[in-house]
Amino acid sequence: MSTFIFKDARNETKRQSSARRRAKPPAPPGLFGIRSWKKSRLVLACVFGLLSVFPLLYMISLSFQPTSDILTSSAVLVPTHPTTSNYVVAWSGNGFSNYFLNSLIVALGTVVITVVIASLAAFAFARYRFPFKEVIFYLFLAALAVPSVDLIIPQYLLMLRLHLTDSLLGLVLIYSSENLPFSIFLLRGFFEAVPKDLEESFRLDGASTLRVLTRLIAPLSAPALAVVAMFTFNFAWEEFTIALTLLNDQSHFTLPIALTFFIGAHQTEWGPLFAASVIATVPSVIVYFISQRWFQRGVSLGGIR
Amino acid sequence: MTTEATSLVRRPADSPPGAVSRHHYRAMRFVTPYLLLLPAAFLYILFIVYPIFKQFDISFYNWHVFPGAANPFVGWGNYKEIFHSPEIRTAALNTFLFIVITVPIQMALGLFAAALVTDRLPGRGLWRALIFIPVVTSWVVVSYVFAYIFADQGGLANGILSIFVGHTVHVDWLANTWTGNAVIWILSIWKGIGWSFIMFLAALDGVPRDLVESSRVDGASERRVWRHVVIPNIRPTITFVTVLLFIGASQVFIQVYVTTGGGPFDSTGVLLTNAYQQAFSFFSFGYAAAIASLMAVVVLAMSIVYIRLMRRGSNS
Repeated sequence: MSTFIFKDARNETKRQSSARRRAKPPAPPGLFGIRSWKKSRLVLACVFGLLSVFPLLYMISLSFQPTSDILTSSAVLVPTHPTTSNYVVAWSGNGFSNYFLNSLIVALGTVVITVVIASLAAFAFARYRFPFKEVIFYLFLAALAVPSVDLIIPQYLLMLRLHLTDSLLGLVLIYSSENLPFSIFLLRGFFEAVPKDLEESFRLDGASTLRVLTRLIAPLSAPALAVVAMFTFNFAWEEFTIALTLLNDQSHFTLPIALTFFIGAHQTEWGPLFAASVIATVPSVIVYFISQRWFQRGVSLGGIR
Repeated sequence: MTTEATSLVRRPADSPPGAVSRHHYRAMRFVTPYLLLLPAAFLYILFIVYPIFKQFDISFYNWHVFPGAANPFVGWGNYKEIFHSPEIRTAALNTFLFIVITVPIQMALGLFAAALVTDRLPGRGLWRALIFIPVVTSWVVVSYVFAYIFADQGGLANGILSIFVGHTVHVDWLANTWTGNAVIWILSIWKGIGWSFIMFLAALDGVPRDLVESSRVDGASERRVWRHVVIPNIRPTITFVTVLLFIGASQVFIQVYVTTGGGPFDSTGVLLTNAYQQAFSFFSFGYAAAIASLMAVVVLAMSIVYIRLMRRGSNS
């Protein structure tokens, strides 16, 4: 029974959203009135968009430039003789694929642990009444006020005692902990929005708590889960300071640390550095574009209302 | 369907309402939320809460990491040292300047971009995606890109400057205190706009359009509409974004570490590069913990004061 109700509800939301999409052209007058979109607004939006991506496009251009272009005294915007040799040097040089793999393991591990643990906690906050609920919730949120790099010294000492320095597991645990407060905060708002009677019909069918969470709440909160997954992935993928502090053995290094190797004491290998940078940027951009479709809804519904 | 079949087999809710099962059900109802919270609480207490207290503890000792070494108690000694250190004074000034310069500019440009894109602009999705992209890039990567843009040889900044000056120039931006600071500010603003942009965009979408329209019908100018309808409506977001940007800006670290490395002669260093150096280069963990603790307390206190002020302002 409940599965049918649930499917109906899902179709309902789908139908509503497609109706909304169809009803878009005669949109209500916006913040700028009826004759709102002038050419100047479009031009300014272009400027913002271009400035935002320009350094990244420049990085891509640099990654294809031969050393002769990069080390000339004048700036070169477009490579004169495009070459892929920088990529060959970057990828084959001292275990780059290994660092890439380490980063991927750490990022995916962090996403899985954060999403699972934050969902469980957010479910408790959204669906149960228990003593000190709001106090506990705000204690979790309080961590948002403590800058993450700020705790690096005691965290380092703690990891020494737990024998978790120099291990990818140690990184995953710290990264997940850092990401919990925001994730729980965002997911709680979404989980609360799932209608109570849907849950009750699930429960009447004898569904366990975990089943309610995985089969009902989670699918209906896909946008929020996607946003949490994206933020967490990016956090873990690009994190530099904690990894730099905890890791000693070169075989455990992650990508952001590997990038610093291209900076020599006397000479910097800019070409390979930017090729490596492009390789390091591609996964986060892919993850971002995948989660894009849920992104706006995830931010506006879950975040601050 | 299989779900139908399994649900027919186990139906605790339909079982006869005996006292035992109801008691059991209530107990479960009481225990379940705590069980659900357990993993999160475990990680959070071990890796966040405990380190906060540990940090305060360490800051009162002359702490060494070497096993067997004595860690003499020095009381407020580390804190006293902070106030007599010229490097800390420079670092505090640079951190302060970084906050006062980057936070307002990120707020203003983020809000401006959000207002541009908010509705009735062709290609809204495209602009949204483009403006947010810097946020998802890595700090290390973009720090190197900006280091090259502002390099003395072959950098783009010097290339553009050369066009205006008329001859080739070789300014070493990162080797001078103020140009080095400026590069760090520009980089951080560039990377930060997208975040405040997306927050403001979500907030502007939530401004009731009929309210905007009715005040416009009443003859209010665009400026008045913004001042009296839009801004009051997005006020919670403004507070939220300001506080989070402030906390983020206070922990400026990677961009300084990667571009200037705090140089020349520690003149572009910030509080966290200083603390990091004290801990992991000079092994003065107690002193570094004192810097970090003091920072956390100041940042937290200022955030609370600011939130209080904003609340009072919106009530009146």
